Amino acid sequence: MDIFRKMTPTLTRLLEAFLLVMAVVILNFLLIQLAPGDPVEVIVGEMGGASEELIAQLRASYGLDRPVLEQLFIYLGKVLTGDLGYSYYFNTPVLDLLLQRMPATILLVLSALVVAVVLGTFAGALSAKKPDGMGSHLVTLFSLVGYSAPVFWIGMMLLIVFASIWPIFPVSGMYSMRRPDGIGYYLDIAHHLVLPSVTLATIYIAYYSRLARTSMIEVLGQDYIRTARAKGLPENKVIWKHGLKNGLIPIVTMIGLQFGQLFAGAVLVETVFNWPGLGRLAYDSILRRDYPTLLGILLFSAVLVMIANALTDIAYRRIDPRMRRAKA
Amino acid sequence: MMKSDPMTDTLPPQAEVAPPPAAKPDHPMRETMKIFLRNKSAAGGLILLLAILFATVFGPSMYGVDPLEMVWVPLSPPGDGTPLGTDYIGRDILAGVLVGGRVTLIVGAVSAIMTIVIGILVGAFAGFFGGRTDVALMKFTEFFQVLPSLLLAMVLVTIFAPSLFTIILAIGIVGWAQVARLTRAEFMRIGNLEYVKAARAAGAGNAYLMFRVILPGSLPPIIVASALVTGSSILFEAGLSFLGLGDPNQLTWGLIIGQNQNYLLDAWWTVTCPGVAIFLTVLAISLIGDGINDALNPRARKRA
Repeated sequence: MDIFRKMTPTLTRLLEAFLLVMAVVILNFLLIQLAPGDPVEVIVGEMGGASEELIAQLRASYGLDRPVLEQLFIYLGKVLTGDLGYSYYFNTPVLDLLLQRMPATILLVLSALVVAVVLGTFAGALSAKKPDGMGSHLVTLFSLVGYSAPVFWIGMMLLIVFASIWPIFPVSGMYSMRRPDGIGYYLDIAHHLVLPSVTLATIYIAYYSRLARTSMIEVLGQDYIRTARAKGLPENKVIWKHGLKNGLIPIVTMIGLQFGQLFAGAVLVETVFNWPGLGRLAYDSILRRDYPTLLGILLFSAVLVMIANALTDIAYRRIDPRMRRAKA
Repeated sequence: MMKSDPMTDTLPPQAEVAPPPAAKPDHPMRETMKIFLRNKSAAGGLILLLAILFATVFGPSMYGVDPLEMVWVPLSPPGDGTPLGTDYIGRDILAGVLVGGRVTLIVGAVSAIMTIVIGILVGAFAGFFGGRTDVALMKFTEFFQVLPSLLLAMVLVTIFAPSLFTIILAIGIVGWAQVARLTRAEFMRIGNLEYVKAARAAGAGNAYLMFRVILPGSLPPIIVASALVTGSSILFEAGLSFLGLGDPNQLTWGLIIGQNQNYLLDAWWTVTCPGVAIFLTVLAISLIGDGINDALNPRARKRA
């Protein structure tokens, strides 16, 4: 641990993220070992059977006859050079498949996050202003509902409403049948994005509004807020500028920790809305028992989550001056 | 205070009435219980949960329709021959919802217990021993906290073949991180209090200190977290069986929704009713959790 102390917090954080990624790679390797069947069995199955010698030859060419530890190093080497295996179902290298699906998921997750943080913070801060008011009770009620309903079910309910009762948003996929050109192309995607991202955001609106409420109530009770009020600042400025600055800190912390859960929610939401991202891919590869793809998604999303995590952490240290000197 | 607990529980009812009420102060547990029941939403949650338990335990035999049999025209709406309509192969939705709750609730409860036990153990060791043990265990916890938990559970269940056991195991494995963090924080706080130091000086061993001295004191926040964990375990199970990763031989709320997914625009009731059941169950548990939180939190007590 002494080496860590000599480095800057940013570097430490990056090194930690790297170690976590390696841990995920090792976990992935263990899961591959546990998964039924290996690539050779799949190939032999596709060929409709093969001789003993050919099987042995294939196993050797995949390194499957080596000791497990050696196989782990072979696997590590492969992952580091971007080789995540081959999807026999989609007939493509797994990495290509993942890179192709990644933008859709990142778009969905980030837009849901923005919606959730903005609406959640706003609702929470508003209800902290008058903790016993009508609006506050509404926020509490809404957050209870958002907490308790399964996200895929919320998606389905929205789907029913916007498909048959009030058809103003597309309910499936990411593009229209006839793709418009230029700016229309992006507007079309944004139009398709509305329902999935709102669905995914619901749980987090609930979550952040609760968090923001608690943290704002605490912040608004502090001395410096009383000072701000006493010197005659308008109430809005006290709350939205002075209060929110500190009230936001726990939310920023949570954002980093929740990337993983957002990804998990994306699996369900993408399945409901047929959104062509990693989550939908995960669902399809489960149906096909396509292990290389499934494990590739786990590894890939874990890496994305850890990168996002490290970035929030670094950003957080820069934003909050108290954290700049604090130890990791 | 904790020790007298089982005694009051096992006393016959007459003995409880016997002493004059003013003679002794209320037992802390009963005091907490009173505050809990005075809280309208908490009491409502408790009644709702009891009603759901009653419906899933006695409902199927009272209703008497086989949930797996085709009993009516497929996709017929509620009220048209069956109370809550039928699904895409003509099975009774109400019968499915009543039976489906059993697996959902059992899986939710058992995996919640597993999550809490793993979380308490990891958190207790990290918080009690501190130093390197703490650093190592917390890195381990962070690892599980940032992994996309549903994805990991999906992979685990797919690899080990879906069954009740693998689902419970998967939910337990992916969900304990938050309980561990909470337990660790409590152990660190309480571990420095005078009474723990006294017990240590009196020669108490580590295991005794951890589980007999510190753990009882750190239970209140853990109990509150347990309610949240139970709710999220139920949602987790629903998500897995919605994706077709449940035990294929067991009807659950999530499975009914997943199976009827392609028909939801023609038959909204097939997905709405099981979803409402999940929602109400988790809602009841959250309300109870909030109620316990308020009852155990002295600041909230004053407010009430």
